[in-house]
Amino acid sequence: MLDILGKRYYFFALSLLVILPGLIILAINGLPLAIDFSGGTILELQFPTTNLPPTEEVVQIYNEMGFREVQVQTAAGPSGQRDILVIRSPFMDEEAKNKVVSTMEERFGVEQITVNRFDSVGPVIAAQVTNRAALAVAVAALAVVLYITYAFRGIPHAFRYGVCAIIAMIHDILVVFSITGIGSVLWGWQMDSLFLTALLTVIGFSTQDKIVVFDRIRENSAFLRKLPFEKLANHSIVQTLQRSINTQLMTVEFMLLALALFGGVTLREFAVILLVGLFSGTYSSIFVAAPILVVWENKEWRTWFRKQNASA
Amino acid sequence: MNRRLVNLIVILIIFALAVWIDLPNNPGIKIGSFEKKLETVLGLDLRGGMQVILSVPPEIAVTQQNLQDAATILENRSNALGVSEVVFQTAGERIIVGEFPGATDAEEVINPIRQVGQLEFVDTGNTPLPPGTEILTDFGLPEPVTQPTEEDGKIRYHTILTGKDLKSVGVVRGQLNEYEVAIEFNPEAGKIFEEWTTQNVGKYLTIVLDKKVISSPVIEQPIKDGQGVIRGGFTAESANSLAVQLRYGSLPIPLNIEQIRVIGPTLGQDSLEKSLIAGLIGFAIVMLFMAIYYRVPGFVADLSLIFYALLTFAIFKAIPVTLTLPGIAGFLLSTGSALDANILIFERLKEELRNGRTIRQAIDLGWRRAWPSIRDSNIAALITSGILFWFGSAFGASFVKGFALTLALGVVVSLFTALFVTRTLLGLFLESIKEPEKRPELFGI
Repeated sequence: MLDILGKRYYFFALSLLVILPGLIILAINGLPLAIDFSGGTILELQFPTTNLPPTEEVVQIYNEMGFREVQVQTAAGPSGQRDILVIRSPFMDEEAKNKVVSTMEERFGVEQITVNRFDSVGPVIAAQVTNRAALAVAVAALAVVLYITYAFRGIPHAFRYGVCAIIAMIHDILVVFSITGIGSVLWGWQMDSLFLTALLTVIGFSTQDKIVVFDRIRENSAFLRKLPFEKLANHSIVQTLQRSINTQLMTVEFMLLALALFGGVTLREFAVILLVGLFSGTYSSIFVAAPILVVWENKEWRTWFRKQNASA
Repeated sequence: MNRRLVNLIVILIIFALAVWIDLPNNPGIKIGSFEKKLETVLGLDLRGGMQVILSVPPEIAVTQQNLQDAATILENRSNALGVSEVVFQTAGERIIVGEFPGATDAEEVINPIRQVGQLEFVDTGNTPLPPGTEILTDFGLPEPVTQPTEEDGKIRYHTILTGKDLKSVGVVRGQLNEYEVAIEFNPEAGKIFEEWTTQNVGKYLTIVLDKKVISSPVIEQPIKDGQGVIRGGFTAESANSLAVQLRYGSLPIPLNIEQIRVIGPTLGQDSLEKSLIAGLIGFAIVMLFMAIYYRVPGFVADLSLIFYALLTFAIFKAIPVTLTLPGIAGFLLSTGSALDANILIFERLKEELRNGRTIRQAIDLGWRRAWPSIRDSNIAALITSGILFWFGSAFGASFVKGFALTLALGVVVSLFTALFVTRTLLGLFLESIKEPEKRPELFGI
């Protein structure tokens, strides 16, 4: 039988390898908060030609109206041509937006600029949303742990299962943050409400996987009582491995992959974050949650430093 | 045997009903006075449109009733202005969310309707005030002012009557063909007006909207019929929007624009088509995988997956659930959990078959053993959906709400299809195969 748990420290190292780079990026650059949480305006304008005006002149128009810290990017529209300007600026109202558009039409001699998207979030609501979002994540995590502790109340150390599920969940949250951090550097990703939705979904589904693995341990511990816990847990993991692979890789991940590849620009970031996050959820139930249960059962932290001494 | 047949009939009835509801041109249900349209409701991100979030300034005290009234007034006003399908909803304690499907440039809509619309008739004595002057009034103060008094650079005057005292409002054309707003006071207010105009002939009655002067006419003679017109250099639009504001009452609270989101209609259409294609591709791959890997049970799972998709979509139409992009994603994701239940059961089934059980025993055991983990994991998903839904409703983040709702519905329906539909169909299929125990290849073993 596959010995997964025997290699548990390699898997812990692998997790760190995925988590650390993104977190370092986030620590240096700060969280790439979108206007949903930081406040501000995104204006996406589609021009009738690919002959887009120079960035400086666009910024100039904003500056004249008193808006500083303006970022301008070009993007390709549905037709595949780079005829779109995406402009980020501090919060502006409808009136200011119309003035921006009409000034551009006038100054760049363009007949008709189409507003594809105009998102404007005031600072007050942004602060409220951020607070409530943090609360939502915390409440979701807590509710799930309470539920696991309750669902596993019949077996010894039910609380441990809850705590291990939390640790694995934090692992998944960190993976999601890390991939977003990496994405923010490579593809300009931002943390918006969709990011939050993806994060909360990962939290919910991450627990699903843990429950399936824990449930097998719960069931096996009833009639494999004499087996050492490590063997028992390993046995349970291997038994559920096929299901985990089939459910996660073959169905959910395929769906998300299709969504990421063909689902249009709006959903791409969302789909990729879910893809990685849900994969991490499956990974962490097998390679993080269950191994930590074993580490806890064996109280391995007592030997951590001794091992180091021996090898030194 | 008998029970299975009954189950099959139930499944077929639900299936037929779902297909009927899913039909693109469903006429809807009409029984007596009960009428229900069955239409797919697309969210703003798919059909294009504008979402505006209005909030009450932090220094203003507000009750839930105020907020609800304000939302109703806003909706009435925009309907009266001919903007169709606008919905205003309260969210949380200080927020109103307005959604304008199809609109992309609704400045002319949102600005007039979010005006408080507090009309006041103010006694400015011997001084006419130029239009646009900002003043203060004693309306709503515990003590009326007897003399105009200066405060913070503005002058506070006495209010005689307000927009609340009006019986009717209309737009008329004056002698010079200019637009005017005709007003009529209700009887009690008419008497007060008559009394005041009698005593103040030659003085100025200033008409003020939201503390800004519209006009400052002189009282030429006592007005006895309680009727009058407001002149203020109106255009057709501005006269009409003032009339609408007055007709549906002033807002109990001032509102600021906090957030505007405009999604162009082409972008929405593009996203809808692309995500539908993505969904179909995803579905096809997943169904192929199930059939190849699990053989007969996999094929049955595919049937119940189709059943699941049709039923869920029918429920979306019946409730109706507003479909947004994240909503579609939530739906696709919930197909994952629909299959998860099946996969959990089939893996168990295979294990039990390998352990030498008969098919019937294996099916029963498989279902019974897989149930606790199916139950617990789905409850965890429902908990998360609930929290997402709460988060979404508190902020008018309708797409988060849409995602949570479709995910939760999907989870519930998937439980039903896995535990009822797959099981019944699988039982029927296996009964029609002779000695299935001797043909393990049917189960992908």
